[in-house]
This record gives sequence, structure tokens and C-alpha cells, in this order.
Amino acid sequence: MSDTVKHSLLFAFVGLLILMEGATNFAGIFSGSWNSALVILNMGLISAIMALGVNLQWGFAGLFNVGIMGFTALGGLAVVLVSTDPTPGAFAAGGMGILMALVMGALTVVGAVAIYKFMKPGIARTLVLLAVLIAGFFIYRAIFDPSVEAVEAINPALEGNLGGLGLPVLLAWPAGGLLAAGAAWLIGKTALGLRSDYLAIATLGIAEIIISVLKNEDWLSRGVKNVVGLPRPVPYEVDLQNDPSFVERAASFGLDPVEGSTIFVKLGYSILFTLVLLALLWMAQMALRSPWGRMMRAIRDNEVAAEAMGKDVTRRHLQIFVLGSAICGIAGAMMTTLDSQLTPGTYNPLRFTFLIWVMVIVGGSGNNFGAVLGGMLIWFFWIKVEPMGIELIELLTSFLADDNWLKGHLIENASHMRLFTMGLILLLVLRFSPRGLIPEK
Amino acid sequence: MELLNALVAFTNFVGVPAIAYGSQLAIGALGVTLVYSVLRFSNFAHGDTMAFGTMVTILFTWWFQSAGVSFGPLPTALLALPLGIAVTMLLVLITDRTVYRFYREQKAKPVVFVMVSLGVMFMMNGLVRFIIGPGDQRFSDGERFIIKARAFKQMTGLDEGLAIKTSQGITVVTAIVVVALLFWFLNKTRTGKSMRAYSDNEDLALLSGINPERVVMYTWLIVATLATIAGVLYGLDKSFKPFTYFQLLLPIFASAIVGGLGSPIGAIAGGFIIAFSEVTITYAWKKVATYVLPESMAPDGLVQLLSTDYKFAVSFAILIIVLLFKPTGIFKGKSV
Repeated sequence: MSDTVKHSLLFAFVGLLILMEGATNFAGIFSGSWNSALVILNMGLISAIMALGVNLQWGFAGLFNVGIMGFTALGGLAVVLVSTDPTPGAFAAGGMGILMALVMGALTVVGAVAIYKFMKPGIARTLVLLAVLIAGFFIYRAIFDPSVEAVEAINPALEGNLGGLGLPVLLAWPAGGLLAAGAAWLIGKTALGLRSDYLAIATLGIAEIIISVLKNEDWLSRGVKNVVGLPRPVPYEVDLQNDPSFVERAASFGLDPVEGSTIFVKLGYSILFTLVLLALLWMAQMALRSPWGRMMRAIRDNEVAAEAMGKDVTRRHLQIFVLGSAICGIAGAMMTTLDSQLTPGTYNPLRFTFLIWVMVIVGGSGNNFGAVLGGMLIWFFWIKVEPMGIELIELLTSFLADDNWLKGHLIENASHMRLFTMGLILLLVLRFSPRGLIPEK
Repeated sequence: MELLNALVAFTNFVGVPAIAYGSQLAIGALGVTLVYSVLRFSNFAHGDTMAFGTMVTILFTWWFQSAGVSFGPLPTALLALPLGIAVTMLLVLITDRTVYRFYREQKAKPVVFVMVSLGVMFMMNGLVRFIIGPGDQRFSDGERFIIKARAFKQMTGLDEGLAIKTSQGITVVTAIVVVALLFWFLNKTRTGKSMRAYSDNEDLALLSGINPERVVMYTWLIVATLATIAGVLYGLDKSFKPFTYFQLLLPIFASAIVGGLGSPIGAIAGGFIIAFSEVTITYAWKKVATYVLPESMAPDGLVQLLSTDYKFAVSFAILIIVLLFKPTGIFKGKSV
């Protein structure tokens, strides 16, 4: 069996799993609902895009990024900042002040860097540096605090934030990529070029900080009060159900208006996501085959030799780190659009960072198709391990009485088996098939 | 008097909590640093090893409590601690045999080890949540305070009270004992010396007949002990929740790196630096400031530099500053 056939069969297998989710409810694992199949498909497509971004960093360049959650969340923030309507009066009340404070903060940092660079080392430099930083911080807080208070006082039950630009939501996707790229540039500038674990720890930290900023800065995206009802690129179900021509078309497929409209909307998302995925996959493939991609892999395999050939390893690393993070940002924006709400409280590194890693490793690091396959396949299992685990435990404990405390405890906690299973899958793949399902060529 | 009050308020709200938290971080960072210097990778599963050890200790504590065993004024968890350590040692040794040893024999790159430790982290995390559930568990019992705020006020006649929790006292005493024992072990015993030799230069150590598997085994045993102790102390002081322990990874890594990865003294210093910065920067200084400053200059706001939710940002900022200016840390660690 040639490789192409084998790999096509793997993709067909994932397709079959999703079709079975829609068509049957075999063994209590599949739900037999097309809506649920499309939900899994949509998040699977987004996961595939995230895996593509991580594969760019890890598979092409060997960079270990464990801050995917942060870049995803920045993408989500972009949706709020781009697509919601501006809060009336917020900008006049405090928006200017906040912007000025942020500019002041940036100037302080730039000033400090300039002092560090241009003054001679010594006590004088340390003192001036400290003075600039402390003064800058207090000026920043003096402008920032009242402005924030003013913004957050505007209609706090529904708004209390600056709002966005009121642009079409699709524009938020590239914007999310840009925002994530900016953060990646900052972090890459400091941590790249040091030993490989340091990048991991630095990215782990930046992700936590991005989440805590999103949770606490209410003026930005309402913090843990969440932004709900974000605009959508597809029609609303209610509008479709009130549209007689749509009801007629749904009936011709044998669907009632409610089911027809929900499936129609989800299919709309699936088509949009597939288009983005295909475009990014095409670009990643072209990059892999180009001289640039060969250079990246050369750097990955032997940094010293690549440096001897005159390649600027740190700069190339920075470049690919920014690109990969931008893809994660785009995926994050797409996810927030799909949910049509931003809920900073739900970001969890196990789900948004480490699960993506499992996808990349299982799919095959260094191979773009592998990343896509891993994304879809692992997402399916992530959803389905829970019912499978409950089935398994019920089977194992079937000899126990129904009111046995052990049985109750096990069934209650069975859903936590998914983390255990993901870890097991990761370890097994790393040990027995480290190149993944679709290995690098 | 005013100054004395300010000092007491400072000790009560910053000094005592930071010393306790710093000791917990230091013991955690010692574990990370030991794995790093002997096995040469950053162990992402350390937070979850702490969680596992604490969970086992909690289970034994509950068993003791139900059997009516208690430790007088001290928390019962201290009685259960040795059992918790033993079970964690077993788990860690099994993990090493089944998972890490394979990659050691392959001489895999450090980043592969890190990746593998992610898998271990996932499994341990799942195991802990499966056994004890994801919720909050409080398991401290016995006397809650060594000094109560009111008793302190009556004793000294000051306006400000000073409260020291039993858990804080235990933390500091345990930390001193643990660190003393560890340094004695590393510097005086044959096994400790061979561990240091192996960490300094693997080839030379092998040449002089040191058995690497033995060194690795002892390292894991010590790491399991340190992780369980750090986890139980943190849990007694605050509370036990699997996710919080996972999140402790960041300040622990920051402590180890700030001190210098691979340097035990650095890990301790780093732990206290991170703890003191986190607490001082997120503490509302209003109370202390009102005592120290003349009345006309008394502050209106809370005088809090950053809200407490940003405590991760503090450890992270220190981490970045150290990475930028002194990547090997304060006490020259390794920078392979």
C-alpha cells in the first residue's frame, strides 16, 4: 500500500467517524445527531488550524511553544475589539485617557531601554533607570486609573467596556492573527536564542498573563462578565425559520424548520472554516517545499551547521515563531466567532495548549497533513472519551450493586479520564511511533 | 509606636505569608532543579507530582481522622506525610522505569524529555482528578494559630495584631529541616557526592564507576519526597485543588531559573525572591502607609501596585528580567 493511499484512508477514517456520529447511535458512543456531528466537525477544523500553527513552530523549526492558549485568547479578544459596536460615550469618557496611559507606559519602557543602551554601566545608570521606571509607573497609573473607572461606570450591567470598531466579523480573523503575532514577537525577542526549555517556560507564563489580563481588565472585554452575542458571519436560526422560502427548502429535504436551520448555520461555519484551513494548508505546504522551508528544517536539524552557512538562526526562529502564533490567533478568533461569545474564564491550558500538542505529535510533527489529521482525530476522541469512559466503567462495575459508593464515585469521576487517556496516547505515540501517523517526508 | 504598628502590620500581611509561601516555593524549586541537574530536563510534571503526593497524604489523613488518630495540636496530615511520600516515590519510580528510562538509553534530546514529561503531567493530572475530584479540599486540623491577632494585641498593647498560623510555622520549620538534610545528603554522603559528580560531568562520573541508574533512582526518590512535602505544606497553608497545583508550575520554574537552574542554593533564594515580590507588589499598602506617613500625606487609595490576580505576572516579569540580563540566574546555574 503506497503512502498516499494509506494517508487518504486515515482521512477517510476520520470522515467516517464524523458521519457515524451523525447517522447512528451505536453502542452509546455516537449520538446519531447531525447537529452534534457538525459541532465536532467545526471544532475539529479549528483544532486542525491550531495544530497547523504549532506544527509550523515545532515540526519546521523545533520551537517548543506551550503558550498556545494565550495566542488563542488574543484571537478571541480581536473579535470583540473589531466586530462589536463601540460603547456610546466610552471613548469620550476614558478611552483617550486609557490610550494615553498605554502610550506613556510604552514610552517608559522605551526610555528605560534607551538609558540601558546609551549610558555607561554603573551606579548612575541603575539609579536613573529606576527613577524613570518608578516615575513612569506612577504617571501611568495616575492617567490610567480614573479613565478606566470612567469607562467601567458606563452601563456596567451590559457594557462597561470600550467596545469595538463595529467592522464585519470576518475582518476580526486576520486581526486576531496580527494581535497574536505582536505578542509572539515580544516574547520571541526575549526568550529565543536562549536554551530551548526557556522558551517553553516563557510561553507558559505569557499565556497565563494574557488570560489574567482578559479576566481583569473589564474596560477591554468586560473581564469575567463575558461578552456575549458577538456578530456572526452566518444568518441567525430564528430569521431562517421565519423565512418561508427556507422552510420550504428544508421541507424538501425532509427536515423540520428548527433542525434545518440549525444544520444550515453549522454547515455555513463548516464551509468558512474549511476554506480558511485549505488556504493555510496550501500556504504551509508551499512554505515547506520552498527554499525557506528547507532552510528551516536545516536549522532545526543542525543549528551549528546552519549558522556556519551564514543563516541567522535567532532571526529565522523569531520569524517562524511569529507566523505560527499568528495562525493560532486566527484559529482563536474563529473559535470565538463560532461560540459568538468571549468567556475568559473557560480558557484552560490543558485543553487549549497541551491538547494541541497531543494533536501535532499524534498526527505527525513536520507534516502539515499530519497536523490536520491529528487535529480532527484527537478532537473527536477528546469529545468521545467521556462517553466511552463511562460505558467502560459501567461495564467494569456491572457486578457491583447500583448503590455501591465505589461505583457511584467511579462513574461520577469517569469524565476526568479524558486527561489520563490523552496523556497515555501521547506517551504511547512518542514511544512506539515518534514520527506520528503521517510522518515527515 | 506608629512605626512599631507599621512594622507589625507589615510582618502580619507581608512578612509572614511571604516567608511561608517562599519556603513552599523553595522546596518545590529544589525538586525541579534536582531533576534538571541530574536528568537534564525541565520537568513539567512537577506540579502534578506535588498534587499526587498531597492527594495520597489527604486520603491517609482522612483515614486517620476516621480511625480517631490525631497529632494533638499539630495537623494529622503530618502523620500521614511519610505514607504519602512512600506512595509518591513508588509512582515516580514506576514512571521512570516505564517512561523516562527508554529515552535515557536513546540519549534523546532534552526537548523530547520535556515533551514526555507533558504526557506524564496529563496522566498524573487525570489520575488525581479521577481519584479525588477536581474540587477544593481542606484537610488541616488541630490548632489553627500559634499566635492569634487578639492575643498579640493584648500582650503588646499595640493597635495592630500579628497572627501566625500553625501551618505557617510548620512550613518554615519543615523547610529548614528539609534543606539542612538535603545539603547534608548532597555534601557528606557517598550517594550525594556521586549525584553531584554525575550532574557536573556525566562522562567522568561514569568513568569513575558511578552507577547512573542508581544516581537517577536516588534523585527520583528525593524529588518525590520534596514534591510531596512542598505540596502538603502548600495545601495545609491554603487548600488543595488539582488545578492550583498545576498552576504552581510557573512560580516554581521562575524560582528555579531566577536562582540558577541546577543550583540548590539558587532554588531556595529564587523561591524567596519570587514569593516576596509577589506578595509585596500585590499587597495594598494603605495600612502601613497611614502609620508611617504624617496625617496630611495619608493616601486615599489602597496603594496597591497591582491587583492580586496579577501575581503570575510578577513571577513572570522577574523571570523575563533575569532571562534578559543574566540567563544563568543569580547563582550561576547551567545553561546548556
